Amino acid sequence: MFRVELAKAARRWRTWLLAAGGAAMPILIVVSLLLSDPPGPGEGPPFLSLVVHNGLFASFTSLVLVVPFFLPLATGLLAGDSIAGEASNGTLRYLMVRPVGRTRFVLAKFGSVMALVVAGVLVLIAFGVAAGGLAYGLGPVPTLSGSTLSFAGGLVRLLAAGGYVALSMAGLAAIGVFISTLTDSGPGAAAATVIVAIVSQIVDALPSLSAVHPYLLTHQWLAFGDVVRSPVAWGSIESGVLIGLSYTAVFLLAALARFSRRDVTT
Amino acid sequence: MLYGFLGPNGAGKTTTIRMMLSLIRPSAGQAYVLDESVFSSAAAAQGALRRVGAVIEEPAFWRWLTGRKNLECFANAGGPAPDRRARVARIDEVLATVGLRSAADKRVKAYSQGMRQRLGLALALLGDPEVLVLDEPTNGLDPQGMREFRMLLRRLADAGTTIFVSSHLLGEVEAMCDHVGVLAQGKLVAQGPPSELRKRTDTVRVEVDDRLRASEVLADLTGVKVRDEQVRASSHSTMYTLALTGDATPAQVNGRLVAAGVKVGALIPEQASLEDVFLTLVEGADVPR
Repeated sequence: MFRVELAKAARRWRTWLLAAGGAAMPILIVVSLLLSDPPGPGEGPPFLSLVVHNGLFASFTSLVLVVPFFLPLATGLLAGDSIAGEASNGTLRYLMVRPVGRTRFVLAKFGSVMALVVAGVLVLIAFGVAAGGLAYGLGPVPTLSGSTLSFAGGLVRLLAAGGYVALSMAGLAAIGVFISTLTDSGPGAAAATVIVAIVSQIVDALPSLSAVHPYLLTHQWLAFGDVVRSPVAWGSIESGVLIGLSYTAVFLLAALARFSRRDVTT
Repeated sequence: MLYGFLGPNGAGKTTTIRMMLSLIRPSAGQAYVLDESVFSSAAAAQGALRRVGAVIEEPAFWRWLTGRKNLECFANAGGPAPDRRARVARIDEVLATVGLRSAADKRVKAYSQGMRQRLGLALALLGDPEVLVLDEPTNGLDPQGMREFRMLLRRLADAGTTIFVSSHLLGEVEAMCDHVGVLAQGKLVAQGPPSELRKRTDTVRVEVDDRLRASEVLADLTGVKVRDEQVRASSHSTMYTLALTGDATPAQVNGRLVAAGVKVGALIPEQASLEDVFLTLVEGADVPR
């Protein structure tokens, strides 16, 4: 089922559109930098001023820019549509009588959403390294703490940041798959999932609600920047990993429980 | 064997089929498909479903994939590896069976309704099923398509597949089924070969002289329903059209009328069409209209 999901996605326009979006982000950043004066330290989004020193930072900057909105939007769209889309399309009943086991089905849906998210993040990282490298060269990587890493070390940390971002999205993907088991409307479930991510970020921005901040899905989404400190500042990253894993586990189990009992009436 | 599952819209045909296929769960009771009790365990249901092919209401596909790719995706979506391989290997064969070979590499979004219907049947046939469950399969087919479809089902049935086909179209069921079940208000109200079902309700026309007396007698008879009465002024008689169900016979009606002193001028038994049977049965079940 998982491979069938990937085969279906590979032949779909929206998959390539999202991938193109991922590739466009670092190119946009590099081109905008080439066309203007280099930004001073602290100007623009985090890491932007570092891009001119090392192309690798085009990928970091892109991650910072896509994590709050573009990536959750893509994840929410894919995850929300995953089961509800099959339901509204009518193919869900044909998959169930094939028969595809219900647990297997939910796991394959979640797995394929995550495979696409990981692929998207890798596309973004690859294009970031390529575009940044072409424009500003690659080499030893300066850390935020003032020390320097080898290029290979920097690349490993970049990939670790990508993995962290993917794990952050896994929590949202699990929520999306769960919402997707509740309704027969793909777009409805997709919108609801994106709204969850937005509301979480809004609550995170309200100081009066600071008591709940540490438990919010999105609270540590940008903590991956800490990988380019020397030594790596693990505090926020650990808490972010814990949040991501918890949300993934809870909502994936909820989706499995809900879908195993659900009537297929479309 | 071709089993026709007949009932007016809203009688519960699709609900019954969805329960058989374990898509929905009943509040109580059990369904047996190929001797497996569908609601006892997921494994039992899956074992049975692997031997069943189904078209449930209209067929559904991933519109951006070709017909062939759709079948391939369904084939690979579940089941043990040998089962998946066997299905993939049958794709060309089932496409040929339903006459879609030349359109197999077009995207489903470009298919006509009739082509989708045929691809739906191809999907149902993909697992070489022992039982084929078809819910309103000729919806959206033109007369020519329906005829071809019926002939195809006949061939499959003759080759040993059990076909369970639901329909609200009497003519269709009467024309092709060996066995018919009639569903009304969620209850199976009659079952049997069409010829026997037809026998169960005969229509009899009776001409009597004493209308008042006759109507009293007829009202007392069980299994007799007055469908129509026409007063004939010229001969001072009344022509009743009666529907007979169950054990009621024309001879019995005649005997009771004569015993009550009613003169019977004519007694004309008429072979009922399945439509009469159907309407009688469905009326008996008090279907709101």
